[in-house]
Amino acid sequence: MTSTTTTVWSPAPVAHPRQRTVSLLRAEWTKMRTVRSTMWTLVAMTIITVGISMIAGSTIANRWNTFSVIQRLTFDPTRVSLRGLLFSQLIIGVLGVLVMSAEYGTGTIRATLAAVPRRPRVLAAKAAVFFAVAVVAGEVLAFSGFLVGQALLVSPAPHAVLSQPNVLRAVAGGGLVVAVLGLFALGLATIIRHSAGAITAYVGVLLVAPIILQSLPSSIGQPILKFMPFTISDTMTSVVSNGNDAFSPWVGLLVLAGYAIAALVIGGWLLNRRDA
Amino acid sequence: MIDVRGVTKRFKDTVAVDSLSFEVPTGVVTGFLGPNGSGKSTTMRIIMGLDHADSGEAVINGVPYHQLAQPLREVGALLEAKAIHPGRTAFNHLWYLAQTNDIARRRVSEVIELVGLTQVAHKRVGKFSLGMGQRLGIAAALLGDPGTLLFDEPINGLDPEGILWVRNLLKGLAAEGRTVFVSSHLMSEMALTADHLVVIGRGRLISTGSVSDFITTNANQYVRVRTPRTDELAGLLVAQGARVQREDDGSLAVSDLSAEQIGVTCGNAGIFLYELSPQSASLEEAFMEMTRESVDYHGHRVDEDVATSTSGK
Ligand SMILES: Nc1ncnc2c1ncn2[C@@H]1O[C@H](COP(=O)(O)OP(=O)(O)OP(=O)(O)O)[C@@H](O)[C@H]1O
Ligand SMILES: [Mg+2]
Repeated sequence: MTSTTTTVWSPAPVAHPRQRTVSLLRAEWTKMRTVRSTMWTLVAMTIITVGISMIAGSTIANRWNTFSVIQRLTFDPTRVSLRGLLFSQLIIGVLGVLVMSAEYGTGTIRATLAAVPRRPRVLAAKAAVFFAVAVVAGEVLAFSGFLVGQALLVSPAPHAVLSQPNVLRAVAGGGLVVAVLGLFALGLATIIRHSAGAITAYVGVLLVAPIILQSLPSSIGQPILKFMPFTISDTMTSVVSNGNDAFSPWVGLLVLAGYAIAALVIGGWLLNRRDA
Repeated sequence: MIDVRGVTKRFKDTVAVDSLSFEVPTGVVTGFLGPNGSGKSTTMRIIMGLDHADSGEAVINGVPYHQLAQPLREVGALLEAKAIHPGRTAFNHLWYLAQTNDIARRRVSEVIELVGLTQVAHKRVGKFSLGMGQRLGIAAALLGDPGTLLFDEPINGLDPEGILWVRNLLKGLAAEGRTVFVSSHLMSEMALTADHLVVIGRGRLISTGSVSDFITTNANQYVRVRTPRTDELAGLLVAQGARVQREDDGSLAVSDLSAEQIGVTCGNAGIFLYELSPQSASLEEAFMEMTRESVDYHGHRVDEDVATSTSGK
């Protein structure tokens, strides 16, 4: 070993500043935008959501004349045009799951946690960046679904405009429901750590549970049904009440936020405890 | 300096690491040797704060990993090759890691250049060969220009040129005054690369010290003897306290007795000698000898079967 080696590295200890939150947010954003699945998921979400709104709007316009009086009186053009958001909720869930489970599936989680050993901060940064993307995606799709749907609800079918009472709430709220459910999916994936398992759990809560509850005697099923994301989302995106027992729109959103936070807190706790 | 203090780690009913303590000094390459499944990777993950020890602790320059302010600037590690999202490019993988520790973008290109991946920096990692993945892992370890480096089997999947490159890289990093800790299950490779050794078996420390000490204490000497009267000579030598082993080619491997003493014995008994040659076992053999009891997965030797099945002749 030569003692004349030019030392480019100095062993003198340096007091490094603590890792900055903004650095962690930037890193998570880089991670999210540099895999193709993010883009494809968002593209698929847009096509399906807006497509469903288009189909719903034009079908109803064509068949309006065959509708009964009751159907005409309870017709909710806002709700119809936001029907596609159910698919947004499904797909954002897949994205929320992938953002976390892909780290486990590929082993990247170890590089990530070596770079940021304070694990809850990793989860917080990831959740924040994902939520920001999900809010933008949810809102863009809710508004485009609404506007496209209303444009196709041509006379004689009535259509809604944003200035009518509760319409703006239904549209903007519908977008928020999408984002919050995506966050819930991310939390589930932190707990479950496998893409398939987490997606199954998410779809189970979103679609399968309401079906099961509806098949139960209503004395058992009904009280639980109002806690289901499906019911809460339907209330949020409706302007005309359907008379079912349900939380008011914003309380419903808080319930969903509670699910998301619970999943993230449990996930964060497990993330800290478990071996990476 | 890395200091592992009484670390124990269990996975269900396997004890992967068992009250393991050792130090990794600064300024030299320290080889971490042990057979498959002896707990090398687990120990490294514990040092990196990725696995939690059931008891004991590991500290780097006196600090547990999770307390490091900017960990990548203090510790760099290659833990598994290709534990990287296959859809991301090499550059973006390193770039997100750099961002977490406020490392400049320029440094990302620098380490990519250093490991020779500039041509493929913007290709997706899924298309990389094992060796390229290994080089990317090494780039990630070097990213923060850290004073402590851990490499888990860095030469896996590398071609001879790559192996030489890694060997020189490790030595160069140590010569700059860094702490370099490299695992391997190849003693021969460590003899070329490392100055210091930590040898483990079944999660326990077997030996630690300088490579030269290891060679003098463990490269055991024996004398190879060929004679037509093998059994008779073996009996005589054993009577003098030697350990005698019969080799596959019919020769004897005699230890604890010098070539001179064996020669005199033969002369006295009138036994002809065809060969009398002092040997020293290779380091690889010394390592195998040392860890024999602790090897979890023995390969099955065909000639052992033959020997047992024909022993009743
Ligand atoms: N996550 C895990 N879950 C269960 N058992 C594990 C886990 N990781 C390691 N082990 C077990 O712990 C023991 C030590 O494994 P480890 O990977 O640390 O050994 P190693 O020395 O790195 O081996 P190799 O040379 O094959 O890489 C083995 O028995 C292994 O099966
Ligand atoms: Mg290993």
